[in-house]
Amino acid sequence: MSDIIQQAENLILAPAGFSINDIDKVMGSLLSSSIDQADIYFQSARSESWFLEDGIVKDGNYNIEQGVGLRAVSGEKTGFAYSEELALPNLLTAAKSVRAIASHGHSTIIKPWSRNKQASLYSPVDPLSTLSSEDKVALLKRIDQQTRKLDPRIEQVTVSLIGVYEVILVATEDGRLSSDIRPLVRMNVSVIVEQNGRREQGGSGGGGRHGYEYFIEQDRAMEYAREAVRLALVNLEAVDAPAGNMTVVLGPGWPGILLHEAIGHGLEGDFNRKGSSAFSGKVGETVASSLCTVVDDGTLANRRGSLSIDDEGVPGQCTTLIENGVLKGYMQDKMNARLMGTQSTGNGRRESYAHLPLPRMTNTYMLPGKSDPADIIGSVKNGLYAVNFAGGQVDITSGKFVFSASEAYLIENGKIGKPVKGATLIGNGPDVLTKVSMVGNDLELDSGVGTCGKDGQSVPVGVGQPTLKIDSLTVGGTHA
Amino acid sequence: MPKHHEASQVDEEATARLKNIAEDILLEAKRQGAEQVETAISVGQGLSVNARLGEVETIEFHKDQGVGITIYQGQKKGSASSTKFDNGSIKEMVSAACSIARYAEDDPYAGLPDKDLLATDFPDLSLHHPWALSAEQAIEQAIECENSARFYDKRISNSEGASIQTFEGTRVLANSLGFNHGYPASRHSMSCSVIGEIDGAMQRDYWYTVARKAADLESAVAVGEMAAQRTVKRLGARPISTRKCPVLFAAEVSGGLIGHFISAIRGGNLYRKSSFLLDSLQKQVFPSFINIYEQPLLPQAMGSTAYDAEGVATALRNVVSDGVVQGYVLGSYSARKLGMQSTANSGGVHNLTVQSGELNLQQLLQEMNTGLLVTELIGQGVNTLTGDYSRGAAGYWVENGEIQFPVEEVTIAGNLSDMYQSIVAVGNDVELRGNTRTGSILVSEMTLAGN
Repeated sequence: MSDIIQQAENLILAPAGFSINDIDKVMGSLLSSSIDQADIYFQSARSESWFLEDGIVKDGNYNIEQGVGLRAVSGEKTGFAYSEELALPNLLTAAKSVRAIASHGHSTIIKPWSRNKQASLYSPVDPLSTLSSEDKVALLKRIDQQTRKLDPRIEQVTVSLIGVYEVILVATEDGRLSSDIRPLVRMNVSVIVEQNGRREQGGSGGGGRHGYEYFIEQDRAMEYAREAVRLALVNLEAVDAPAGNMTVVLGPGWPGILLHEAIGHGLEGDFNRKGSSAFSGKVGETVASSLCTVVDDGTLANRRGSLSIDDEGVPGQCTTLIENGVLKGYMQDKMNARLMGTQSTGNGRRESYAHLPLPRMTNTYMLPGKSDPADIIGSVKNGLYAVNFAGGQVDITSGKFVFSASEAYLIENGKIGKPVKGATLIGNGPDVLTKVSMVGNDLELDSGVGTCGKDGQSVPVGVGQPTLKIDSLTVGGTHA
Repeated sequence: MPKHHEASQVDEEATARLKNIAEDILLEAKRQGAEQVETAISVGQGLSVNARLGEVETIEFHKDQGVGITIYQGQKKGSASSTKFDNGSIKEMVSAACSIARYAEDDPYAGLPDKDLLATDFPDLSLHHPWALSAEQAIEQAIECENSARFYDKRISNSEGASIQTFEGTRVLANSLGFNHGYPASRHSMSCSVIGEIDGAMQRDYWYTVARKAADLESAVAVGEMAAQRTVKRLGARPISTRKCPVLFAAEVSGGLIGHFISAIRGGNLYRKSSFLLDSLQKQVFPSFINIYEQPLLPQAMGSTAYDAEGVATALRNVVSDGVVQGYVLGSYSARKLGMQSTANSGGVHNLTVQSGELNLQQLLQEMNTGLLVTELIGQGVNTLTGDYSRGAAGYWVENGEIQFPVEEVTIAGNLSDMYQSIVAVGNDVELRGNTRTGSILVSEMTLAGN
């Protein structure tokens, strides 16, 4: 994969007249004897978006983003600066102010650069060039026209198409040069339907680390459209959601946002090093029913949350967070791993060169169990079956988390009943999984739409799970 | 410790330099065949410092720049943006925008704003007050702030730290109708977040202060003590049973309630018919004592500006009078789609103000008598199309006008149409830190779901 490093050099360094030798000089300025860790992160990203509304492609945007971030870490202290300009004198000055985070010391000898040869989990394709502009416009128009034919109650259709071509090159204090080429595409269809004066909406989408052909293959784009229409029509029939504590069955796939919010964030290394997470100090303890095994897996080919290497040059990994109900470990970046006396798990991620790396999730999911999903629903006398969600949030210190259902049904005597309006579900992270009494055999991953926010930084992520039965969860409807 | 006394780069000269670049971009766009052009350019710099457990944790030196362009060829639109200002990058950006416009389709409503709406008067809003703060000074203040929180109460067991941020930048907007203006602005803030613990259960809360001028910030000690008080008050929080009850949205969260209203009368949601407040102009959406207006020209305020993101002149404007909607929130495009005129809200509202009532928070609690005081909301459970509202909440249970105990792990739900109609009072405890200025808001009944 050193050809990826070569590509990154050609794309980022060469146009600015910057050389590996210059990286050497900047690293020399960053390092001193009391610096434990340092990196220089070069990033070049080009992205585009196309937007259809009212039957016409009315807007498109093209974005060029490029820069370099310099970081030096001494103990628990971090110095950081960044620049859009790849000019050696500026970077040397910036490196000196960043290095001053360490109280003393002089420059150390830098090892010769070794090139990280990590196999890539996705093709180094530039998604923007995988379709011509005509074909992008034609794709959006075709989806719009075919969607409108699906149901006479459709009033409004919007379709968006987004592609990102990102190249990173990271030089670390241990003398490693690592590089990654990260394509990312995303498509979304949303509709508004109207019936007897009542209006409702539905939306669906997907994507991953592919070119745009992904949306044409297997008719995926129209699959999103059909799903959006189905959701909107279901909502036309929705009655008030119940309020209070009840048994909740979560559908497979995207409802895995439960895992992301309820336990994922609480298991990120920074919070646990600082002792600010409701999960701090709980490794080895039972935090879930023995039916639950949860992993964070950055190694799935072509997934939205996957990383061949993370933003610190560490290969993506599959980390077991919970095994048969017992908490096994945390997700780590290099700094928090070092301070906790362990190894990075390849979860060091940053939104861009202008942001500091943090321990972040990749694709977080629960492994399948043995139950037939139909038996799970059949076992519930009265409860809620929630299959689609709009988003979630967590307070990692108190452990309280929410996630908002956008498609849910009442369960009455073991049968799926009426759809109910969107409602927020609220629970306590450290004990919600202890109430899991059945796990389905139907693991699904989401379609590739997740974006996670932390400390003002957004990164693409994935989630997944099989059908789950939670014996007790608070449902925030209006029908008390 | 690093010394970082870089001279302010955000002076008259910087603004003049950006205006020149803007002219070059307009010319380049014309050269490449664009008929109408708009460009926005910004540069900024700042310092942010975080201290935790009495020591510096991070020092970040910020230096940002960005440029964006929107071009129209006939009724076709294309836009592009870049973080690079060199000639090659600008040519590439212009060419990308022109290329998109070639493939986009005719939209009869596309185009620059109406020329006669553009701002021609540029009052000095006193928005730029650089803070000559060295990294050492920032660290010292952050530690002082955090210490005042950590040692405020013995139940404070841990800390997420205190941070100081200072930022100044200048932004220029230019278009092919002859508009080319820019102004510098500053923003300074201090925040603190600490953790308390009793019986093995942790709670976290925070406080922050923000201002255009460093001298207007609350003191480091005040911010730290407030963070600690808020954290300690939450200790021992528990869920309560499901019920219907009044809800008092404390000032630090009540702006969100008004934000949902603004979202529902925003042009984009109206022309897409994606709002529960379609055709609400001149309709009674709130009780008659509610008045909401924009004050874009307040000196030194966080949301002040003489023109919106398209250059349209802002003005003092009533949005709701006596509970009746007086105007929507429109940019040029959505205004044309609706057959109306821009309300200078491309990019959002400016110092949106809810006229305050006479009661302070304590009096509002008495007015509520029994119900939930909400101080934190989590989750996104708000549907602008239907008005359905369901969010996670934390706060305090109140009986006989007195706080009884902290509450967590509950949701509050209702429909925004009903919630707005059933507002009983707005407090005089106005939150001034954001772009929405409102006191606490008392709603007579919502559904609370708990254990």
